[in-house]
Amino acid sequence: MSASMNGVTSEKYQLTVSPDFPAKRMSSWFIFNTWLQKALGMPIHLELYPDFDSQRAAISADKVDIIYANPYDAAMLVREKGFVSVARPAGKCDECIVAVAAGSGAQVVEDLKPICRVARTDDPGVNLVGMILLEPASLGHDNTQILTVESYPLVAKALMRGEAEVGFFLAEAFDELSSLVRHQLRPLVHSQISDFSHVLLLGSRLAERREEVTRVLLDMPAEAKGQDVLAELGFAAWERVTQEDTEFMIDLMDTLKA
Amino acid sequence: MLPDMNPADVIGSYREVVLPLYGLPPRRVLLVDREVAYPDGRLIVSVTDLRGVITHCNSAFVEMSGYPQETLIGAEHSILRHPDMPAIAFKGLWDDVQAGKIWHGYVKNLRRDGAFYWVYATVIPNVRAGKVQGYTSVRRKPARLKVAEAARLYAQLLAGEGGK
Ligand SMILES: Cc1cc2nc3c(=O)[nH]c(=O)nc-3n(C[C@H](O)[C@H](O)[C@H](O)COP(=O)(O)O)c2cc1C
Repeated sequence: MSASMNGVTSEKYQLTVSPDFPAKRMSSWFIFNTWLQKALGMPIHLELYPDFDSQRAAISADKVDIIYANPYDAAMLVREKGFVSVARPAGKCDECIVAVAAGSGAQVVEDLKPICRVARTDDPGVNLVGMILLEPASLGHDNTQILTVESYPLVAKALMRGEAEVGFFLAEAFDELSSLVRHQLRPLVHSQISDFSHVLLLGSRLAERREEVTRVLLDMPAEAKGQDVLAELGFAAWERVTQEDTEFMIDLMDTLKA
Repeated sequence: MLPDMNPADVIGSYREVVLPLYGLPPRRVLLVDREVAYPDGRLIVSVTDLRGVITHCNSAFVEMSGYPQETLIGAEHSILRHPDMPAIAFKGLWDDVQAGKIWHGYVKNLRRDGAFYWVYATVIPNVRAGKVQGYTSVRRKPARLKVAEAARLYAQLLAGEGGK
């Protein structure tokens, strides 16, 4: 991966993004990567993995240097892989929506009965929170049937076709469904946790450049090009995340996993 | 030390109990027979130091407990203690987290206005650089069936403890 020339190491770093980003943002991450390479003056390759399993395999193989991680994976990256936290999108939290078909008889989550069929993607954080939101109905892994599909539009489809009684959505993905689809669904519970967000992390090869990377990200809104890139990503600014902020988020996540 | 509950904060007719606390003077609490439902979709979060003094709490904690954040930060966590909870439940909590383990349980909490709310709580030690720095508790909405079971069990345990 690294080539040595005249004693100077020219390394190419890998940036990756949690596979739960909305498909329409794919090009935004390429634009961000181009911008980041210029801002930091170093070569970075953007690798977008199609699913959580393949991304996790790359992480285990130490291929990833910069990652826009979801809060669930952040736990493993920080605690097991020694990643350090840099920034998160200002004012943007990860929330989960548990939805039913618009015509469903369930008005509150407690109306759901076993065996309940659950449609969801492979997003581990959303699925964890989704299952917790079902707990008041005494539903858990032993009395639900899980239907895993590839995308949030397919979760919606499963509900509309009656293949599942409830579906789990990342709230942002629910909001991005077409209004035609959204009108055929009804949110039963909308999480308001506020403490979970995606976070940009650096692996050990870049950990010592943490301050520099943080600074270029925080400065983005100050220049026109940076503003354009942020607009593509769908948020107005990055916000600094201390290691303790991330440790706190991981502790919360751990209480939910336990 | 926790100040006694204030009759002016309590809504409706109440019963008065003097609650013994571990390592603190007893506290006069005022009880109203009214349950406040756990809000859907929320997590109630608090962090304590090693002695159980609150160092952080989120907005759901403030709303459900009824106390302003300034009162909660620096207060012992037993500010929420309800006399219907048996002492042994909290002994289990402390034994587990002090041994570095995770604790789960159903807890009946007392609000500032004398009403109560049930939660399903998880408490974990916060490990930083290999050392336990404090504890975090996250509560979620419990299933009613489980609350009924816990209430029955706690009543039996309390009777065994010679409770009120
Ligand atoms: C992180 C953490 C959270 C706690 N949360 C509660 C709570 O919500 N309600 C409660 O009555 N006690 C809670 N406790 C236990 C109290 O510290 C205390 O042990 C309990 O209220 C019983 O009071 P006592 O120990 O003075 O007898 C918590 C303890 C810790 C470490």
